[in-house]
Amino acid sequence: MNASKELLTSAAMAEFVARGFLRFDALVPPAINQAIMRGIDRGEISGHPAGTPLSQCYHGSPIRLLLELPRIQGIISSLVGDDPLFDHDAIHVREPNEGKAQGLHADSIIDTRAHFDIQLMYFPHDVPLEMGGTLLLPGSHFRRVNEMDVAAYQNMRGQIPMVCEAGTVLALHHGIWHCGRQNKTDRRRYMFKLRLNPAVRQLRLWNTADLNEQYRAHREIHAGLGRDGSVQDILSRLEPWFEAASGRLEIVNRVKLWRFLTGDESFDVNYWLSRLENMPA
Amino acid sequence: MSSTVRQQVLVLYLSTSALDSRVLGWAMYDGTGTETHTTGDSDQVPYETGLEALRAGWRLIQHPILIPPYPGEEYSTSFMKYGFVFEKLEGIKQ
Repeated sequence: MNASKELLTSAAMAEFVARGFLRFDALVPPAINQAIMRGIDRGEISGHPAGTPLSQCYHGSPIRLLLELPRIQGIISSLVGDDPLFDHDAIHVREPNEGKAQGLHADSIIDTRAHFDIQLMYFPHDVPLEMGGTLLLPGSHFRRVNEMDVAAYQNMRGQIPMVCEAGTVLALHHGIWHCGRQNKTDRRRYMFKLRLNPAVRQLRLWNTADLNEQYRAHREIHAGLGRDGSVQDILSRLEPWFEAASGRLEIVNRVKLWRFLTGDESFDVNYWLSRLENMPA
Repeated sequence: MSSTVRQQVLVLYLSTSALDSRVLGWAMYDGTGTETHTTGDSDQVPYETGLEALRAGWRLIQHPILIPPYPGEEYSTSFMKYGFVFEKLEGIKQ
């Protein structure tokens, strides 16, 4: 990896843990978008055997230009390490004037690991609302479901249709619920997806310079956390589709993942786990 | 022309097991063929609560059964827990 990579901050990592995705609008410059669109049109974008180190992939391909951007390198390194494994890629196409959308789903099969894969979704051209855009449901990544099990849910409060400019990139936790929305235009819609597996333990891989004793200090429970952008604040924010009771469990799920990523086994938010772990002998 | 009826189905996913709690998610299927619905086609909640759907003429035909968590799975989350199914019967001309 390039030494100039731009690692994520702890606030960005907390956002990923809480919502299951990070969004980077118009991150990729137009020249690379155009090169990749040409590659797609000519059928030149091809993948690699599953399990190939990413450093060995896409040489001579315009996708390599994307992967060498310092911010993309920082995103990858922070989430899955410097040289993750290529899992698979796909050029997702939504045909013009489709009759319906794809059903809501989580990719692959049910996956209960704390370790996580990421999926980069890259939008090489502008996506207006009538073109659909990928739909994603923030905070759905901890829900244990198997692929299309959740196709019955047509609409959820807080769902995000990816309406974006060319060059926008999503970094998704593998468990996030998503689907391809209906394309009502007379143009094809493209999205390039790349799944990566960690090859190292996902432990403090981002820029952790801002993690200190203060950030993890217990706070007064009923005083509210305030919306100060701190890690505890970000991890405590409820999504609008969370059920009243399960929403509390989602915060616990986030705390568990944060503990896994930091190695800090007593970190907590709102005292949810500390209360349960208090078992005096 | 003869007249017959077709079923319209509305599924509301609520915030708690109470029918008058807030709608969080929804799905609609129209057996009359008048409307089509698909994933991600609306950000507009059809009703604020399940009770509001009753007042609009929808008939409740299924409510969720409360099942205690399986041992060892008390803290895991999965499907939406409170899906209420409604119907309307609408006449169509053939």
